[in-house]
Amino acid sequence: MTQIMLSGVSKRYPGGHDALSDITLTVETGELVLVTGHSGAGKSTLLKLMAAIERPTAGSVLVNGQNIGTLRARGIPFLRRNFGLVFQDHKLLFDRSVFENLMLPLDIGGFDRREGARRARAALDKVNLLHKEKARPITLSGGEQQRLCIARAIVHRPAVLLADEPTGNLDSDYAAGIGRLFAEFNQVGVTIVLATHDTLLAELLAPRQIVLRDGRLQS
Amino acid sequence: MRAWGSAHYRACAGALRRLAATPLATLLNIVVIGIALALPMAFYVVLENARGMASDYSPQPELSLFLAPEASAADIKVLELRLKNHAGLASYRFVPKAQALEQLKSRAGLGDVAAGLPQNPLPDAFIVAARDSSSAALETLRAEFAAWPKVAEAHVDSDWVRRLDGLISIGRYAVLMLAAVLAFALVAITFNTIRLQILTQRDEIEVAKLIGATDGWIQRPFLYFGALAGAAGGITAWLLTAAGLLVFNNQLKPLAALYGLPLQLSHLNWSDSVYALAIAVVLGWFGAWLSVRRHLSAQNPR
Repeated sequence: MTQIMLSGVSKRYPGGHDALSDITLTVETGELVLVTGHSGAGKSTLLKLMAAIERPTAGSVLVNGQNIGTLRARGIPFLRRNFGLVFQDHKLLFDRSVFENLMLPLDIGGFDRREGARRARAALDKVNLLHKEKARPITLSGGEQQRLCIARAIVHRPAVLLADEPTGNLDSDYAAGIGRLFAEFNQVGVTIVLATHDTLLAELLAPRQIVLRDGRLQS
Repeated sequence: MRAWGSAHYRACAGALRRLAATPLATLLNIVVIGIALALPMAFYVVLENARGMASDYSPQPELSLFLAPEASAADIKVLELRLKNHAGLASYRFVPKAQALEQLKSRAGLGDVAAGLPQNPLPDAFIVAARDSSSAALETLRAEFAAWPKVAEAHVDSDWVRRLDGLISIGRYAVLMLAAVLAFALVAITFNTIRLQILTQRDEIEVAKLIGATDGWIQRPFLYFGALAGAAGGITAWLLTAAGLLVFNNQLKPLAALYGLPLQLSHLNWSDSVYALAIAVVLGWFGAWLSVRRHLSAQNPR
């Protein structure tokens, strides 16, 4: 089954910069896809289009059959709940504990608080951060923050995981650990799209690769 | 349904936490809202009291017929008969000039003046109550009586009540206008407060939106905040007005004793108080809604 389908997609930012030009690709359910390319090639923009953070200038982006270009604003939150998002800059909230950071997506999804707490601890355990439950994210190391961000992306058990440079700025040991984590998620059926320029992940996961160059597909 | 209820409970608790997190700013905000509301409230209280007094002290409107000085006892008999047979009257009584002078003498401060007069300058008079006390009917009667022989002048005694009524209705417009301006101020105050809060919670709003929060979910604590601030401001306004009335009534006491009148202003009754509070809550909520709406729609994907 097709999870994500882009056809003839272009994205031009105000000011005339073309981030993506004429991209056509599909991601099947349960697939693990690696998007690579030099920085500025349009990897982040591609993920943003998939998650309806931005709308395409031309072409169509379909997620589970819904067209993001024409989706009404009030439909977007429900579309986004299909996704787990791992951000390049983590976007953790420093005014609350690690545990409360994980509760945010569950509160948003309307989970019962007790059931939510169980899931949050399970996700923390998965990324080996259970002992840091009460810590503030600011006290965590770069690798721990990255793992917390991944835990937050999977805590509500999304169908698709979109990760932008999940191993950026991490040494190779950490990166390998995170790579293995993604492999595990993929094994239980989560569709994963990773944007990275880390060759280590490509070697480790041996996925299907999409290469971008100056906003165009290279095959 | 339970999840929905608990989401509301948490949004409300979160709003209260935010109010408590910055006690001084919260206090100042509430006082500003309170003052903005107290002004029209106090004005309204004074008006309502004036209206109450006007209806308390206005008796059945009466007409006074002052007779010409040369009117004889026979003339008076004739007039009395005409009044007796007049279909439009409820009652009438005769006040001879001697009795009018006695009344004048018994009034505070005027006794000496009356005693110093060489002769009684007052005319005989009939005081007449009409069946139909509408001002048009009274005016017709007045014109009719004024044309009778030996009647020097006819007056409608309730003129002052109508003038007061007129003043009060102008006052009501003034209150309405003042209230509208200050309602706008209240909305502006909450708008700005919420705007500052949104700035401090920008990250949270951004992340929440990215991971699938609806606008309603994000708005909810801010809306509660606005409504709570409005409610607290409304209560403050009520208390401020109450304190003002307490002081004012104290000052009024000697004056009231002087006139022998029970001059005391009373506060809003319960239903008006509840209305005022509800208006404050709605305005606070509306200010918050405007503010958060503007911010959220700026974050939609384009």
